[in-house]
Amino acid sequence: MKKLKVGIIGSGNIGTDLMMKIHRSDVLEMSVMIGIDTESEGLKKARMHGHHVIENGMDGFLERPELADILFDATSAKAHVYHCKALKKMNKKLIDLTPAAIGPFIVPSVNLKENLNEAVVNMITCGGQATIPIVHAISQVAQVEYAEIIATISSRSAGPGTRANIDEFTQTTARALEQVGGAKKGKAIILLNPAEPPLIMRDTIHCLLQSDSYDVKEITTSINKMAEKVSEYVPGYRLKTEPICDGKQITVFLEVKGLGDFLPVYAGNLDIMTASAVKVGEEIAKSQFEQFV
Amino acid sequence: MSKDVLVTEVALRDGSHVVAHQFTIDQVKNMTGKLSAAGVPYIEVSHGDGLGGSSLQYGFSKVNDIELVEAAVEAAGQSVISVLLIPGIGTIDQLREAAQVGAKMARIATHVTEADVSKQHLEAAKHLGMEAIGFLMMSHMASPEKLLEQAILMESYGADAVYVVDSAGSFLPQDVKTRIQLLRSKLNIDIGFHAHNNLSLAVANSLMAIEEGANRIDGSIRCLGAGAGNTQTEVLVAVLDKMGICTEIDLYKMLDLSEEVGNTIMPKPQEITDSSLIMGYSGVYSSFLLHANKAAKKYGVDARDILLELGRQKVVGGQEDTIIEVAEQMAFQKEGTLR
Repeated sequence: MKKLKVGIIGSGNIGTDLMMKIHRSDVLEMSVMIGIDTESEGLKKARMHGHHVIENGMDGFLERPELADILFDATSAKAHVYHCKALKKMNKKLIDLTPAAIGPFIVPSVNLKENLNEAVVNMITCGGQATIPIVHAISQVAQVEYAEIIATISSRSAGPGTRANIDEFTQTTARALEQVGGAKKGKAIILLNPAEPPLIMRDTIHCLLQSDSYDVKEITTSINKMAEKVSEYVPGYRLKTEPICDGKQITVFLEVKGLGDFLPVYAGNLDIMTASAVKVGEEIAKSQFEQFV
Repeated sequence: MSKDVLVTEVALRDGSHVVAHQFTIDQVKNMTGKLSAAGVPYIEVSHGDGLGGSSLQYGFSKVNDIELVEAAVEAAGQSVISVLLIPGIGTIDQLREAAQVGAKMARIATHVTEADVSKQHLEAAKHLGMEAIGFLMMSHMASPEKLLEQAILMESYGADAVYVVDSAGSFLPQDVKTRIQLLRSKLNIDIGFHAHNNLSLAVANSLMAIEEGANRIDGSIRCLGAGAGNTQTEVLVAVLDKMGICTEIDLYKMLDLSEEVGNTIMPKPQEITDSSLIMGYSGVYSSFLLHANKAAKKYGVDARDILLELGRQKVVGGQEDTIIEVAEQMAFQKEGTLR
């Protein structure tokens, strides 16, 4: 079976979890882990699985560009800017899991097809990946004036990156709720909860519609259908209750359980990012193979 | 005579919860002017959940935060206008806007275990020339040692003071003593205490905090704050005066304003009701009160049961969405048992 060679930039938790998921893919082949910290678990694991390992970051990859056709950036916003520049004329695909948001926003269940030919795409945020599909599903039935999402994650699954970029999380997610979700105005809130055992990621979506004269069944069907679509690539994604339709306000409660590939099961927020990114990678690969048929 | 205790009046922020965030510019101007005339050094003005809190989750504000802050600054005289900001809800951009209209203190609030999300915001506040205060919410949910660890982090980020915040009004005086004593022995900066009166212990807890070395205390006039309100400012002023502790606040002017607040702003007197008592008892964030009562009515369940369940789930400040979910599930189960 034809496979696209994958490089992962960033050997931290996200990069390592990505690698484990790519091992299961029919169209992606894990080829090289690119990091800067020799002692990192990710580089060690990659070596263990017999993959190429580059320990001097992007500069090292530029010396061996044949090792990957598609790259996942699991580093930081600042580093991503450099990676983008470095890969500019190299005809590689770059999937950005940082808050840099240079390339267009992409949500696999919503706008994948339109963006398959982009050189760089951005995975927004975990809250964005969880909630934008639902807002989009509602938008398909009725105009959403305002979409507000509240992402609650366990303290343990919020690493230093998330904590240092909390403003960016809310701002990037809000913009994507508008640009991809279809809301006229978006707002995002993120809460950390230290309870033990750790909380499974939960997301609440409130949408204010233009009018209250919509078909309740149409809306709930659209939402349920979308939840099913997302759960195809994020198996732990589920609605916690039936959507609540109260006049102009639609409220949806959902939870995201991780698969436990490398990150623990409660870290659904990280899992939805890696699962969504892999889905994007797979569709990019499939479309490339179709072009050569 | 220099002040022994610096009072921060929170009726125009914590009290925003009581009026479902419907404060008007005139109300803010009027109250700020009178508080300032009474000599209150710090007056906090924001949505109950801080800048950017206006939302479906917490309730929309009648008037934009920044407009209210601007109005307060105009009427503030010598008093400093403070804003509250909870990272994850409000952003540094909003802090900047508040500084631009004249707010000179920023209180950056996190859950008691999550101080590290406040780093950029505390630094930004200092950079904007504001007094930067760290605010550790739901302090009852962490051990004194954990609280100290987080307070030290905030101190390292440049905070001018750190507050121990009893958001649920569930501390007993001994709990306050242990924590303030520990913090005072290890920190170099000012220590503050913010009480809620859900167990009728706000003044007593505040006195205990002062005894152990806290020199900044929050109060809300006529208890205009979430849940059963905060430490009643005018009561604290009177008590401290009797104890020979100086606040430089004019008691009579506060009493006059208190009467006015009670008659014209409060929808009803701030009593310790069954719901607010349960919040103090089970350690639930005080701003949940109105939302829990509303959900109880809507779903036909007991507000006290909702609150007890939230306490069991160890829900933190900001998680108002769980109120609806819990109420809905309870209603669903009730229906199931009735069939």
